[in-house]
Amino acid sequence: MIRIPLAAVIGLFLTSTYFLVAIFAPYIAPYGMAEIVGDVWEPMSIEHWLGTDNIGRDLLTRMIYGARTTIAVATFATLVSFVIGSVLGFTAAVFGGWVDQALSRFVDLIMSIPSLIFALVVLSVMPVTLPVLILVMGLLDSTRVYRLSRAVAVDIYVMDYVEAAKLRGEGRGWIIFRELLPNALSPLVAEMGLRFIFMVLTISTLSFLGLGVQPPNAEWGLIVKENKDGIVYGIGAALWPALSIATLAISVNLVADWVLTRTTSLKGGRE
Amino acid sequence: MSSVLTLIAQRVALGIVLLFFVSLLIFLGTLALPGDVAQTILGQSATPESLANLRASLGLDQPPLTRYLNWLAGIFQGDLGNALTNGRPIAESIGKRLGNTMFLAFWTAVIAVPLSILLGLLSVRYRNRWPDKLISSVTLTSISVPEFLLAYVMIFVFGVKLGWFPTISLPNDSMSLGQKLYSISLPILVLVMVILAHMMRMTRAAILNVMESAYIETAELKGIKQFTIIASHAMPNALSPIINVVMLNLAYLVVGVVVVEVVFTYPGLGSYLVDHVAKRDLPVVQAVGIIFAAIYIGLNILADVLSILTNPRLRHPK
Amino acid sequence: MSHIVDIRDLRIEATVRPPGEKSKQITIVDGVSYQIESGKVLGLIGESGAGKSTIGLAAMAYGRGSVEITGGEVLVKGTNILEGGVAALHELRGQTITYVAQSAAAAFNPAKQLMTQVTEAALAHGLMSKAEAEARAVSLFKQLGLPNPETIGSRYPHQVSGGQLQRVMTAMALCPKPELIIFDEPTTALDVTTQIDVLAAIKRAIRDTGVAAIYITHDLAVVAQISDDIMVLRHGKTVEYGTTDAIINHPKEDYTTALVNVRSIEHAEAEPTPEFLLQAQNITARYQGAEFDVLRDVSVEVARGQTLAIVGESGSGKSTLARVITGLLPAAQGALSFDGRTLSRDLAGRSREDLRELQMIYQMADVAMNPRQTVGTIIGRPLAFYFGLKGEEKRRRVQELLDLIEMGSGFMDRYPAELSGGQKQRVCIARALAADPKLIICDEVTSALDPLVAHGILKLLLKLQAEKGLAYLFITHDLAAVTAIADSIAVMYQGKLQRYGPKSQVLSPPFDDYTDLLLSSVPQMRLGWLEDVIETRKMESAGN
Repeated sequence: MIRIPLAAVIGLFLTSTYFLVAIFAPYIAPYGMAEIVGDVWEPMSIEHWLGTDNIGRDLLTRMIYGARTTIAVATFATLVSFVIGSVLGFTAAVFGGWVDQALSRFVDLIMSIPSLIFALVVLSVMPVTLPVLILVMGLLDSTRVYRLSRAVAVDIYVMDYVEAAKLRGEGRGWIIFRELLPNALSPLVAEMGLRFIFMVLTISTLSFLGLGVQPPNAEWGLIVKENKDGIVYGIGAALWPALSIATLAISVNLVADWVLTRTTSLKGGRE
Repeated sequence: MSSVLTLIAQRVALGIVLLFFVSLLIFLGTLALPGDVAQTILGQSATPESLANLRASLGLDQPPLTRYLNWLAGIFQGDLGNALTNGRPIAESIGKRLGNTMFLAFWTAVIAVPLSILLGLLSVRYRNRWPDKLISSVTLTSISVPEFLLAYVMIFVFGVKLGWFPTISLPNDSMSLGQKLYSISLPILVLVMVILAHMMRMTRAAILNVMESAYIETAELKGIKQFTIIASHAMPNALSPIINVVMLNLAYLVVGVVVVEVVFTYPGLGSYLVDHVAKRDLPVVQAVGIIFAAIYIGLNILADVLSILTNPRLRHPK
Repeated sequence: MSHIVDIRDLRIEATVRPPGEKSKQITIVDGVSYQIESGKVLGLIGESGAGKSTIGLAAMAYGRGSVEITGGEVLVKGTNILEGGVAALHELRGQTITYVAQSAAAAFNPAKQLMTQVTEAALAHGLMSKAEAEARAVSLFKQLGLPNPETIGSRYPHQVSGGQLQRVMTAMALCPKPELIIFDEPTTALDVTTQIDVLAAIKRAIRDTGVAAIYITHDLAVVAQISDDIMVLRHGKTVEYGTTDAIINHPKEDYTTALVNVRSIEHAEAEPTPEFLLQAQNITARYQGAEFDVLRDVSVEVARGQTLAIVGESGSGKSTLARVITGLLPAAQGALSFDGRTLSRDLAGRSREDLRELQMIYQMADVAMNPRQTVGTIIGRPLAFYFGLKGEEKRRRVQELLDLIEMGSGFMDRYPAELSGGQKQRVCIARALAADPKLIICDEVTSALDPLVAHGILKLLLKLQAEKGLAYLFITHDLAAVTAIADSIAVMYQGKLQRYGPKSQVLSPPFDDYTDLLLSSVPQMRLGWLEDVIETRKMESAGN
């Protein structure tokens, strides 16, 4: 019997709701994504729960499709950064020597430039499409995953049980998958939550700057950009994404916290 | 003492080497561009002759290494090249904007650094009680919202609904310092909130780490009063990690500034960069990119140097 | 009655917060009472987890972390300090009672000069002027035998050695002229030859100043040298409380008797044989990037079915020798042979048979087992790896091994974190046995264990040797363990072989100076041992 603390239940519920909305957006959204259904910035009503946007599209629909884009881009970029970062991080820790030196110095170099600035420089020469955005964000962020997984793996690699496996004559495969990985998993999973949130913030920031997702596609940061002029007239349409991003970030945080405390109680993860 | 100087010299030299490689990396970006700058300027319909002419006048017909060395040499002489969009020297446009950005960052730091250290101390003092929990949940929320959204929430609440502060920040030279500060009060508020959260949480962790050391227990068992323990035993040791925290967050400020400047249409380096990324004006992007990287690397070096200087083991070698 | 401290029916609780569960109160000390008269020394002794530090600190009404005194009375000079309030406690701490911690390296503030810290308590309580306090500190430095007593105060903690720092800490405790000092394992972190100097310095200081003391340790032989009364503790309760003479010479309780007799294993030395299983010839080694050799021209042999003990202090190169023999650190020069065949210096060049027949057990059983694997997996892996055993057959063999290490059934599916320290080390032994080896290298396998548990492990190793004809290379700094298990002994000092031969020969005079120092430094379970040793020693401790 697994007892889940209340905070984790709330986190799990909200996180899965967001992902379900993202996956089933076309079935949930009341109107078409770019369909103009009313006047500019209509207030909230029965027909338009959140009102309409700067050119008369249904704002709830835009938010739902926005969830789809934002969450998809963030998820894929997180996957890219984890696959590349953790494979290279483990490689550096296990092989050591010049492989480690070369990889680590290169990562130092990339990280000596603020990642948003780096992304802007790259996006000024690359076409701004979803695959490019995912790759650029994933690659830049993989440097952080690399540092974490290398540090975790190095810590484990000097443990006597790894030495015992080496003395037994075990191959690299056993050492990586049976000795390192099970012990590195819980910090990596918790970090995955944080990286995902960071990706959500990054993609919405890029879109807001006009350098991410392009209209007529919907994206939370883009929705802010489209509706920001309403703010000075007291129209809050641009603020809905603030609510959705903040709740998504906090609920993912709660889940990550729970995963971390649960897997670090050293009974091999069983209760 | 000489070993400390050696360490510092090494760290600075490393920073310079790093900056050199960063310049190389940023320059290599231009080579990744499908087509080239001339094509971008003239568009798809340009004739081969006009393309060739433009390439020659921009120096694009030379090999990449030569172009890189020319560019680098130019930077050392304060010549950042000309913008593609208006043909004017980049250095001229940047000068004023760099000053504006620094003005914003400076006043943010002046408010945020003492405040975050104070809040960090407070939450350590009342650890796990309500002031600590309140500070921690407020800062957690402000980390979870991107800067630009926080900015709009601030504009909406304080600028529009309450009408306390101006919603657009356009300071000019005819204003007094007070008027200037008033005009940028909202961007400062947003930036303070963004780095305050990080800085306060890291300060709290750094102080807690020191307070759990065995020598703090030694002092307690000597019957020393709580305040004296914090001031005379904890502080000297917490100084180095706190300085590090402050510097890292000031480096982080560089990123925050870019976005906040765009929101408030503030005439700084960040909004200049974003404008020209959208226009694909490469020479400007490269120039501003290298300036931001230099500031970022410089602050990181400063953090390391200060933490070397405050480490008793390095200051008093065996 | 002139009791400085009179503790009655003490009860101490702690709040524990296991991750993901509700926090709960646990009792860590229950029903403990003791008294200390002025000028007397009380020894508190027990295994880890006996609550001895907690009980000692209770005399200052101090609890670490979430530890709280929840019952009983702590009378200091007749006043119950649990009811006196915070201001009274500030008065008491650092003035009436002072404290000496186990790890001086951590207990000193790294950012402040030693003199500032030594005089701090005296100045904070307004007991003397700065000049008086500093003069007293210098005279205490002198008294405690510190080098350069006039100038050592201007140094920073990281600039002096561990043994010296521990003596500075004692000076710090003595400086405000307290009536009672609590010594919390002050010599545990030190090498054996350094420990004796610090112990002697502390004893002299107590005698000269007439201060009372509580001396906390896990080593009964140490506490016997210094205290007037001894209290034996276990699981937070008093086992036996009496004069030192009564506890050492006439223990009443079984547990106390076991502690007194813990060093009594007698292992008759086997006949020397020319039939060597392992030969290491003229080994010289250095670590990558180091500028000196950690091992210089070392030659040793392990006879089939016998035990060679390698003895030395930290930095003597004894663990490096183990790494060279296993191939983890390839020797720069020298040759290794095993069971009549040449052994590659490098791990990568060894056959699976080489690896199987030469197994290793580590000091810290905690980190020698993968925390995410069950005991069954840990012991079963060598069976699968070397012999290809699977399924039921493997399981049966694992159980046989568990029986062999006297653990029995019910452990197969447990994780290492669910085992006690002694059980963990036994599982590590079973893992080594699973490979059916001819030689097991034991690297400080008993050092991290409580004396009684270590005693059990030594007995098990001897039993296994008799049953299976195993040879051991037993690396340790603990001479008592050496006497208990070795057939031959190699004494190492600064990377070289200092003395080498059959046990009886190595342990009988005439000794060279270092071996004499090492042997004489091992605390013995008799009163007056310390005084005798200090009289007759030929050489100052190696650590200074």
